[in-house]
Amino acid sequence: MCGIVGLHLREPSLYPRLGELLTGMLCQVTERGPDSAGVAVYGDPRWSPPGSATVSVLTGQRTADDVRAAVAAALPGTEVTVVDAGQTCVVSAPTDVDALVAAVRAALPGTVLTGFGEDVAVLKGVGHPQTLAAEFRLAAAQGWQGVAHTRMATESAVTPEGSHPFSVGPDQCLVHNGSFANHATIRRELVAAGMEFDSDNDSEVGARFVAAQLAAGYDLEKSLTLLCERFDGFYTLLVANRDSFAVVRDAIACKPAVIAETPQWVAMASEYRALAGLPGVESARIFEPEPEEVYAWQR
Amino acid sequence: MAALSDVLVDVPVGIPADAEPTPAEPTPAEPTAAEPTVVDLATTDVRALNRALHAADVAQTSPRWRVVRPDGRHSIAVGLDAEVQVQIDGHVGYYCAGMNKTADVVVDGNAGVGVAENMMSGTVRVRGNASQSAAATAHGGLLVVEGSAAARCGISMKGVDIVVGGDVGHMSAFMGQAGRLVVCGDAGHALGDSLYEARLYVAGSVRSLGADCVEKEVRAEHLAELTDLLAAAGIDADPTTFRRYGSARSLYNFHVDNASAY
Repeated sequence: MCGIVGLHLREPSLYPRLGELLTGMLCQVTERGPDSAGVAVYGDPRWSPPGSATVSVLTGQRTADDVRAAVAAALPGTEVTVVDAGQTCVVSAPTDVDALVAAVRAALPGTVLTGFGEDVAVLKGVGHPQTLAAEFRLAAAQGWQGVAHTRMATESAVTPEGSHPFSVGPDQCLVHNGSFANHATIRRELVAAGMEFDSDNDSEVGARFVAAQLAAGYDLEKSLTLLCERFDGFYTLLVANRDSFAVVRDAIACKPAVIAETPQWVAMASEYRALAGLPGVESARIFEPEPEEVYAWQR
Repeated sequence: MAALSDVLVDVPVGIPADAEPTPAEPTPAEPTAAEPTVVDLATTDVRALNRALHAADVAQTSPRWRVVRPDGRHSIAVGLDAEVQVQIDGHVGYYCAGMNKTADVVVDGNAGVGVAENMMSGTVRVRGNASQSAAATAHGGLLVVEGSAAARCGISMKGVDIVVGGDVGHMSAFMGQAGRLVVCGDAGHALGDSLYEARLYVAGSVRSLGADCVEKEVRAEHLAELTDLLAAAGIDADPTTFRRYGSARSLYNFHVDNASAY
């Protein structure tokens, strides 16, 4: 069992409340996954300043100051900002994304990048979801879209790198409730094709697969259709990138999912109780996604 | 154990002041005309509510209940075993009215996974939609879903009657042993897979039938029971538009020629 929540805001006046709303949603699925948690937030000016590239990293034994000093040394003449968020920190700099990724990899060899892009910050870690939300200072976050996950590990160890979301392509993220049955086979194929993995987690295989389809030029909807054809097992997936927000379930559809939609927002959660606090939910269109049907919304 | 007085509130918080009053029901023979006991789940936890509903003398002291601000909480009004009426104003989470016996429970909203799971008797009515596994393994009573029910509605049903105003999802009535499932809309894939003796009636289309489920003739006695079920559910549908499905009974005992059907 894991818990998934996501909120895609259409109404700009709600952007300042994204973190507050997402925190409330996350706390409602705590019991579904009390061992780890994570969030992907799109458009927070603290983590992803406009005009900057953003890379989120697992801090490990380093302090946020160590991270800043090391990355700044690799990017001479560029102002590097680091926001400490507990087990993760968020690095931003006014450069292009590839350059910042390369600098972080060079400066911090062996460090896991939990996310990168122009708009997304991906914070995750091991621990109680409510404690982590406080460490992230999630309630203060702003932006147009957020995805969060609480984990009850079944397929791999409880580690920060095994926590969700998995964000392995630019401004992408994926969270998963369920377990893939043929992930080891697909992992071998992706490794043979040159892909590198950060964890033993089955969900990371899904994220890498989707990233490969997006890189090949497919849109998110088509990428998830291809995932349904290739992956066996149980899954409810919430997948986002900077302009899309999509939900898909496997053919058996035993992992729960509820979607609510209003003119102001689209929200998805494992359980309705996570949606109950959203403004205007009483007039939302509420439904459960059908098996193997991809639901996608564009910004 | 929490005192009953800790559980109760005087005012139905969360109900708009301009909400239309519930019309007084003509209940001449019933001593239940008193105002319902109101419980606000934003301020009272579900365990306290359920403990109060489980009181041995609840049918005498407090036969009518109204639960407000359920906000998708799980296990509301489970394990009831008394002649009480419980009205829940809003959406409920998992297993609402599970194991229900005798009581009448109305959910004025949507219900999460497993509403009326293992119900024994009584009535559960969902005015919105129900999530998967509605009335799973239920032995008796009546579940009415006025909207649609998701996958596995009536899975392993053992005698319950289920009337769904809209559609049901895939694998509904899987391994249904006894009882009746009435679907006024469409049914998803694999309806009645591995069915025993549950009887299924569907007015709309059936996406596919499961193993050993076949269409059967609607005879006069079936039309009569369907008419009764729709009347009991208070759902307006023409009984003559339904088709009947049941077990071909070819998987009851293992036969090597059927191995591929298992």
